[in-house]
Amino acid sequence: MTPPSEHSVLERSETTTGETPPTPPAPSEVPALSLRDVRITNRVTGEEIVHGVAFELSRGRVVGIVGESGSGKTLTCRAALGILPPRIELTGGSIHLAGTDIATLTPREWTAVRGSTVSAVFQDPASYLNPSIKVGPQIAEVVRVKKRVGRREARDRAVELLQAVHLRRPEVVYGQYAYELSGGMLQRVLIAAAIAADPQVLIADEATTALDVTVQAEILDLLASLQERAGLALVVVSHDLAVVAQLCDEVLVMREGQVVEQGPTSEVLYHPRHDYTRLLVAEHEQYGLDKVLARVDAS
Amino acid sequence: MTAVELAGVADVSADRTVLEVTGLDVHYGLRRRRRQALDGVSLRVAAGETVGVIGETGSGKSTLARAVLGLVPASAGRIVVGGEDVTRYGRRQWRALRRRGVVQYVFQDPLRSLDPDLTAGESVVEPLLLQGISRSEALVRARTYASRLHLEHDLLDRLPAQLSGGQRQRVAVARALVTDPSLVILDEPASALDSANRVQVLEIVKDLCAAGVALVFISHDLGSVAGVADRVAVLYQGQLVEAGSVKDVITDPQHPYTRLLVRSAPTLRTGSADRTERAALRALLNA
Repeated sequence: MTPPSEHSVLERSETTTGETPPTPPAPSEVPALSLRDVRITNRVTGEEIVHGVAFELSRGRVVGIVGESGSGKTLTCRAALGILPPRIELTGGSIHLAGTDIATLTPREWTAVRGSTVSAVFQDPASYLNPSIKVGPQIAEVVRVKKRVGRREARDRAVELLQAVHLRRPEVVYGQYAYELSGGMLQRVLIAAAIAADPQVLIADEATTALDVTVQAEILDLLASLQERAGLALVVVSHDLAVVAQLCDEVLVMREGQVVEQGPTSEVLYHPRHDYTRLLVAEHEQYGLDKVLARVDAS
Repeated sequence: MTAVELAGVADVSADRTVLEVTGLDVHYGLRRRRRQALDGVSLRVAAGETVGVIGETGSGKSTLARAVLGLVPASAGRIVVGGEDVTRYGRRQWRALRRRGVVQYVFQDPLRSLDPDLTAGESVVEPLLLQGISRSEALVRARTYASRLHLEHDLLDRLPAQLSGGQRQRVAVARALVTDPSLVILDEPASALDSANRVQVLEIVKDLCAAGVALVFISHDLGSVAGVADRVAVLYQGQLVEAGSVKDVITDPQHPYTRLLVRSAPTLRTGSADRTERAALRALLNA
């Protein structure tokens, strides 16, 4: 996660907005995350990959992005985290994090923003942890650096965080290595690390995809409780419409870089307008639990 | 012993039974490291029937499949495949049985189960050549199955690495079906696929069932089995804790684990009320 060079960030701010960022108003009124007509382009081929994504997310709200692989949902998230792959750039629109235009951020400012304003968890949690360091100290390190507290306090806080993500016997987990934990436990450890510096926005990009259904529900329940208790704003990304339906206030359906449908969850689920959304809904009705439930309702 | 026995549905006569597993125990490891993976599991699958086997990671569902294929030995119980008691079969007898292609197994990850050095076409033809069928006839049959699985013929000249995940899974299915098996075991065939490919694989499963093949569909997700299976069996910590028709299990689950499974499966019905129920069930199971 090396930040882009200062040079490229400055360049980008000039080419994209060309105007001075507005001074951030009082935090209570500002959306935690706001995307306006976000366009992402591959600089090598010149091809635009994401064609205009827009949404606004206030604290304590949840927005979901659904789409198949290659639909641009992950790139959109990475743009909001300032970690787009090399030569893939934000070429239109703007992203504001708690009122700050991210195009104006220097690498040093980005480092300060990540973790304390915006944070993320991804699929395959094991690959984000150092296998040769116990998981607890890896969370404590985040606390120590971000919160500028001493080692002992950081350790206590890390144990508290492990408890907050509903890991049983958090002191034991603190001293375990990644290989000793199951996929669901690892994802909880990563969520603990992600919320260690009290971010306003948490992006969960396919965070439950590789997990068993019951574990997936546990993680989604955990995210929902964090959102309610801590007022966290959530972005939930999934290829499964039903996963998003459990949690989100608003849903964006993406296909080939385009938002084909966007609206309140109930509206998108029960009155889908675009053919692709209808296909996603039909898949559940024909092959999922919904098929059996619908039959039961009918009889 | 198990609490539940999964008997065949009433209208299925005993002679149509393709797979009958009775009181199956499987152990892994030796002496102090010996651990029981399956505990008194009984299961019966008739021709033309799809039975879903559901369970979490480590519940023993893949062990059940492996035992039926003779890949792990049973420590107790009986396995009868197509009228043959295979429980005490030696390595040679198993090999002969597998070569006849009566039982076929489709693994979760086709990239690892298909030979990376064989083209898709060679992979599909191989089981027929092992049976002594001539190459030209084998090719004709491979093409027929490829078209049934919507695989264009030029894809058959590619290596597994040059195919997409969905195409690879369809090649694996074609390879399994080309020998006209009477029993097919599908281990999480759709879980790694995106929606379009998943629908295609599930459609194939339905077609197979209509063609009279006995199917065992293994998954961790009740939802993915609900649309295609006639009956489901739920494995929890090596035991079969619940079995019945899909409708009964979903609408009236008895075991706490099954109840948690049903409440956890993502559906389009949003319900935050389920959250408290799930928490209570988890507490019950962990106690």
